[in-house]
Formats: sequence, structure tokens, C-alpha cells
Amino acid sequence: MAEYKGVMIFGELANGKLASITTELLGCGRNFADELQEDLCCLLVSDKVNEAATKEAIAFGADKVYVIEDASLKEYQGETFVQVVEKLAKESSPKIILMGQTPVGRDLAPRLAFRLGVGLSTDCVDLSMDSETKLLQQTKPVYGGNAQAIFTCDSMPQIVTIRAKIMSAMERDNSRKGAGIPVKAEIDMSRVATKIVEKVKEELTGIKLEDAPVIVSGGRGIGSPEPFKTTLKELADVLHGAVGASRPPADNGWVPETVHVGLTGKIVAPEVYIAIAISGASQHVAGCSGSKTIIAINKDPEANIFREADFGVVGRYEEVVPAFTTKLKELLAA
Amino acid sequence: MPDVKMVVCCKQVPDPEAPPAAFKIDPAVNKVTLPRDIKPVIGQYDEFAMEAALRIKDKVGGKITVISLGNNIARDVIKKTLAVGGDELILLEDESFEEGDSWSTAYALAMAIKKIGEYDLIFCGRQSSDWDAGQVGLGIAEILSIPALTLARKVEVIDGKAKVEQVISDGYQVTEVGFPSVITVTSELGNLRYAALKGIMAAAKKQPVVWKPADIGLEPSQVGLAGRRVKLAKLFQPVKEAKCEIVEGENAAEAGANLAVKLREAKII
Repeated sequence: MAEYKGVMIFGELANGKLASITTELLGCGRNFADELQEDLCCLLVSDKVNEAATKEAIAFGADKVYVIEDASLKEYQGETFVQVVEKLAKESSPKIILMGQTPVGRDLAPRLAFRLGVGLSTDCVDLSMDSETKLLQQTKPVYGGNAQAIFTCDSMPQIVTIRAKIMSAMERDNSRKGAGIPVKAEIDMSRVATKIVEKVKEELTGIKLEDAPVIVSGGRGIGSPEPFKTTLKELADVLHGAVGASRPPADNGWVPETVHVGLTGKIVAPEVYIAIAISGASQHVAGCSGSKTIIAINKDPEANIFREADFGVVGRYEEVVPAFTTKLKELLAA
Repeated sequence: MPDVKMVVCCKQVPDPEAPPAAFKIDPAVNKVTLPRDIKPVIGQYDEFAMEAALRIKDKVGGKITVISLGNNIARDVIKKTLAVGGDELILLEDESFEEGDSWSTAYALAMAIKKIGEYDLIFCGRQSSDWDAGQVGLGIAEILSIPALTLARKVEVIDGKAKVEQVISDGYQVTEVGFPSVITVTSELGNLRYAALKGIMAAAKKQPVVWKPADIGLEPSQVGLAGRRVKLAKLFQPVKEAKCEIVEGENAAEAGANLAVKLREAKII
């Protein structure tokens, strides 16, 4: 039986650079690697991986960076990516594999775990290592965020996906030493049965939700698509922020799914999150609870969102928000 | 065009729309307890999966077999799948199926699907509404060695293939896959239709088929709690401190203006 050693993270790239989730995973993985006194390795998978990305992974904590380049890996596809990760996992037999709870991680991690025949905990918000057994204690929200569960798994490798913006990246250290190791992809195309025929961007113009310092979100109580483009948009513009939504507006088609904040949408952590006419269902709160300050505007004083918020106003948003926006404009101009 | 043979996996869960305050945990057994008046429901994502299958049946014709795994499955809850247009209902129902994880659940479902024998498309919700793991659909596909596509918001069957719109982070992609394959469905696909009275009456007369572990070639040690690969160490509710400062005013508009002043003073904005 193979000896399991070290920590492996699946790195994601965005426009050729490390995605923020990757530096977070490196930060988390570094701690466990130090505790085990073993190596931290990072997988970078694409059609072309910039050398800068490899160096970045080392500067953020990796000891080894496995670089897997192949034309078929340009876009994420479960069937190709899982072959690459499965091969690396078998060859380097790590004790731990960390992935992001991202669109890619959500699709890839279960494929990998079932292929390797081991357990998996998805969407972890806390991870610690038991000092005696050296096994991971994997904490994840369950029941739509109404409870949390702690899981352990004694089969190797232990695989988890980690929610974005939970773990801290290390300070970048360009003097850190590490090795970039090219690995052949060797993809068996006979095992690729799906074909991507078209990609369609549906993003709103303006600042991206994930990058916005302020997010103005609306819920079911907004009642129709228009206020997202007027009342909420005006407030967001004053604060140089973005407009988001809870699940009902996205499901009703009032806003594109790309701005849905929640357990099954985007997980965001802006400086300021303004929840307007949002009741605060656990599954929505899961997507915004990392925000620095949460402000709630809701006509129902009993709404759950007031249990999550730092500041609140009880009132109809149609009256509260325009006055709030006007006053803010005035104060910010002063 | 021959009819499409579909399987839909549906799980009975505690109602996720129940007020958060109603959720309690019994730490002695690591289980959620809910007041009696809160009835179980079919997982919300599983309902979207059911709707995806029904739309294909509407358009090109087909047969839908619903499978549910658990113990003490409420017949009036799960029969909704027949009332809306499902053709057959198979329950994997036994005490030994209780407290499984994604592994033991996916394995038992895959074995049941093998026993059904003929299948073109297997639909699952993107995740369950209780454990929120999002693994079972992909797990079934891996165990059966067939392709899987996740996060479908639209599924059509054209020329013996499925054409699937999958949600991705900046929009959607259209992906094609042949039969048989697994498709997991997300909320934007749309809500499950209401059952017509005729459907409800017909469903009331139908009896589900019940399979025990032995019927799908499994030992009790391979299912439920015994078949888990991930151990549940603890289930708890994080303690939250209410800290919200409510800003008031003579009327709603004044409260809004006061909120602006407050946030500016606190240097939050």
C-alpha cells in the first residue's frame, strides 16, 4: 500500500493568474503541511500555464507546483480534469486534497472522490487537524445553514472543498523556494463523452459582484424586475457598488443568475452588504455572512435578516431606500 | 423517436422552508428534530429534477421512474411525484438505509438503477436540502461509469442526445451528452408543476414497489450508517448574538436618511 504523504491543492486560474481561492487554499494547506512536516503541492491545469502563475503559487506557500498543460484542458470539463487530478492523486498519494467550493470544485471533487473510492466533505467553512490522529475535522453548514456538522474521514486521501473567502492567504513571499514540475496530461479522449457547444456570458455591465466593495441586494419583497435597475442600482452607483439578489429574484428571472448571492449562488464578502426586502433565509445568509458590515432594510421587524445585520431600518423599501440614497449623496458630496 | 427512459432520484427531507427557529438538534443522537406540525417534503432540488424529466416527457414522450431512498418514507409526500406525471415509484426503504452518507446513498441508488436495467437519463437535484453535499448525482455516474453534467437549468432531448444548459460562473454553457447519462438540476430550471386532481386520484391508487438491500444485491453492511465513508462527529447549531442596531425616524423616509448619517458617522460608508 502506498504511503500517503503531504498536502495537495487543486489550483484554479483566472485570466492566467492564480484565482483568489487558490491563494486561500495555499494558505490553509501550508498550515497543515507544516503541522505534518510534509510538502505542500499545488496543481495548475490549463492549456497553457504561465510561469508567473507557477512562481506565484510558490510565493504563496507551495513547495512543488505540478504543471499540467494540454490543449484539451483550455476550458474546464469534468471528464478531462478528473483524469488529470486522479492520475496526480494516485502518483503522489497525498494525505489531504483541498479544492475550492467553486463551480469547478463542486463538479470535480465528487468525481474524484468516487473515482478514488474515498469520502468527501464539500463546502467546508472550518478545518482543523486533530493533534493525535492528524485527521482533519471538517466543518460544513448543513440544512441550508441552519446547522453545522463536523465530519472526519479515515480513508486516504482526505478530500474537502472549502468555501471561498473563509481561509486566509499567506503574505506573498517572492524569496520562497519551490519547484515547478511539468506533468504529461495523458488524457484518454475515449472517456470524454460530453461536448461543450456554446458559452454565453450573462454578466451585467459594471463592477463584478465578487470584486465589489459594496453590494446592494434585493429579495422577493422587491416584487418585480424594475427596482433592481432603478432604486437599487441608483444606491449601488452612489456607493460604487454592485447590485445582487437572493434566490427568488434570480429564479423568477428578475435578475440574471450571475448576481444570485447564496449557498447555491455566489459567496461574497464585501465591506458593506445592504440587504433590501430580503427575509434572510439561511441559504441566503450563507452567501453573505462574511461581509464586514451587513445592513438590513425590511418592513417586517421579525425578519431573520435582522438577526444577521449590524444596522437595520424597519420600513417599506420604496420609502426608505430613496431617502437613504439622497442623504448619502449629500453626505458624500460634502 | 423512441420514448426516453428516465429515472429521477428524490429524497424526503425536513421542510427547508421551516422557520430557522424551529430547527433544533438532539446532541445525544446528532439529529435534527423538528416540531410535529412541520411535515417532510421532497427536496427542493429534487423537485426541479422531476420537472426537468416531465418537460422531456411532455415534448418527446417517455417513461419516468422515481426512486427514493430512506426509511419511513411518507407515502403522501413521495406520491406527489406520481401525481405530477411520474409513471413508477420505487422505494429503497429499510431501517438499514438510515443515516447514510453520499457514498452509501449513491451506491444503493446506482445498484437500484442497474436493476431497473434500461435507462437513458438519470436526473438528480444538484444537492439535497438537508446535507447540502452535492455528491450523489456525480457519484451515481461514477459508479455506473456513465457521463454526468451538473447544474442544468434547461434540458432538451434532440436526436437521441441531451442538450443541456449548465450554469457557470459568468453565464451558462450548452453541453451535449449521449445516453445514458446523469444530469443534476439547479433551481433556475423552474418549479415543479402542480398536480392535477386526476393525477392525484390516479397516484392514490398506485402502489410503490419497495426494495430492500438484498433486492439490489447489497448487504446491510454496505448501506446506510454502516456503508458510510465519512463519519459524522458532531452536529450543532452555532450560537449567534443579535447585535443589530435599529435606526429609527419619524417615518420610513426619515429613518432611511438617519441610516445614512449613522453609517457615515461610523465611517462605514
